[in-house]
Amino acid sequence: MAHTPELSPSQPSGALPRMAAPALQPTETGTGTRQTQLLARMLLTPAVALLFIWMIVPLGLTIYFSLLRYNLLDSESAQFVGLENFHYFLTDPAFLASLQNTLVLVGSVLGLTILLGIPLALLLDQPVIGRNIVRLMVIAPFFVMPTVSALIWKNLLMHPVSGLFAWIAQLFGAPPIDWFNDVPMLAIILIVAWQWLPFATLILLTALQSLDEEQKEAAEMDGAGALSTFIYITLPHLARPITVVILIETIFLLTVFAEIFVTTGGGPGLQTTNIAFLIYSQALIQYDVGGASAGGLVAVVIANIVAFFLVRIVGRNLEA
Amino acid sequence: MARMATSRHVAVSTFAAWLVGFLIFFPILWMVLASFKTELDAFAIPPKFLFFHWTTENYATVQERSDYLHHALNSIIVAGGSTLIALLIAIPAAWSMAFSPTKRTKDVLLWMLSTKMMPPVGVLVPIYLIYRDFGLLDTLTGLVFILCLGNLPIVIWMLFTYFKEIPKDILEAARMDGATISRELVYVLTPMAVPGLASTLLLNFILAWNEAFWTLNLSTLQAAPLTVFIASYSSPEGLFWAKLSAASTLAIAPILVIGWFSQRQLVRGLTFGAVK
Repeated sequence: MAHTPELSPSQPSGALPRMAAPALQPTETGTGTRQTQLLARMLLTPAVALLFIWMIVPLGLTIYFSLLRYNLLDSESAQFVGLENFHYFLTDPAFLASLQNTLVLVGSVLGLTILLGIPLALLLDQPVIGRNIVRLMVIAPFFVMPTVSALIWKNLLMHPVSGLFAWIAQLFGAPPIDWFNDVPMLAIILIVAWQWLPFATLILLTALQSLDEEQKEAAEMDGAGALSTFIYITLPHLARPITVVILIETIFLLTVFAEIFVTTGGGPGLQTTNIAFLIYSQALIQYDVGGASAGGLVAVVIANIVAFFLVRIVGRNLEA
Repeated sequence: MARMATSRHVAVSTFAAWLVGFLIFFPILWMVLASFKTELDAFAIPPKFLFFHWTTENYATVQERSDYLHHALNSIIVAGGSTLIALLIAIPAAWSMAFSPTKRTKDVLLWMLSTKMMPPVGVLVPIYLIYRDFGLLDTLTGLVFILCLGNLPIVIWMLFTYFKEIPKDILEAARMDGATISRELVYVLTPMAVPGLASTLLLNFILAWNEAFWTLNLSTLQAAPLTVFIASYSSPEGLFWAKLSAASTLAIAPILVIGWFSQRQLVRGLTFGAVK
């Protein structure tokens, strides 16, 4: 690729003629079609090759390392130990604790974002004056980088003495909560839920807006109340977007890292260590390459279980 | 609105929506306010909402003490570079799958999607060791490369869903009318492809700008983008809230603007076309 003006207005003259060719000769027969297919394959090859290498090489290395006893501080001593790392990782109390933390974090954030996202989307679907501005305010947290949201919440809002929450608690005569010592996991959950609530709301709102207005009107004419319209018409319509929200959020939430990295560092103790953070600390703090690799593979397996369902749903949509 | 909305209904829902919107937005607003306070005011209890001594010195301090611009430039290079390279690789691929699909196109697309499902932490160890051995740790090249690969599946998917919507018939029609290939490209294809390209570009720029796993693990100082720079505020000494707020405000402001412009494409891009 010698030319790079991909985005300038004059772009196609450089980059598109070759790509456009298949579309321009849709009716050609014989050799033309074969040429077209050959061209199409050539255009596809770089992307497929890169992604293939990206998938196979690191994963292969992870599998290889997971079978070694290999510490970076003592790198001469790598030796083959079979499945020993998996045995250690899976029976390590830290693994069970972090697996539980991961499930609590993912489950709570999913629950919060969906249970709050549905009423919020319904509200934004109402006739609201200045709806576009409200929309902007609601979507904003999603664009805040994780390190910023974590540090702003930790300091400006959740600080046990000078944070805004402490002051609000004081107003009501309640003792302020020392969030990151007393309920560290809850604090992380609130921060992450704040970041993902906009995502859930926006997707549910998009789905609501495609809901057939006439169907709702017909139901109302037939005497259906607001509640039964919601239960029998709106909620079934939301089933698919809710599933999509659950699957996509799960993929990202399984590997929440920065929020923990800058606030608690996994502590106190192991209270906020999730699988991603556990593997990170094994790899880059304890330099245990073998153990971290075994843990990494466990994380890959867990993510794949979720991915399996997501890919099926998206795939079904592709045919429609 | 097809249904009749009573004015009371509008008033109630408007009030509720603005209240909830304000609450959700509040942490960001609070941060922006704190960035204009002195450190003492930022720390004050009871908190000072609007009536405090407004100052811009935090912004100057952040640049002087920590070379903010250096990290901002890194963020632009890393996010922009990885997005542009991903587009260069993805445009031909998405174009070929959208306009010349084969029996296997669907499988290829789903396979690409599945590579995005791999948790980054699963390959942290080999990537870290490869980067160490090739001297890529804490380099912009290294970050551009990894973020480009990480976002490539999303870029291809987004472009694919946009390209697929360009009607093929319209090209034939243009030809019948005697348009040459170059005219076809300039006047027919480009206008239809540009909106999709633009929103793909924006969304991926946002994702790369905010990426905080690889940037935190693979860069420390020289190549550190804003995510890492902000993380350095996690263990400071003394009063730092106002400065943290100023640095944070600068770090998210450009993305907030871009994000607000591309919010409608966001749903489609992040759900791989499963919700439109």
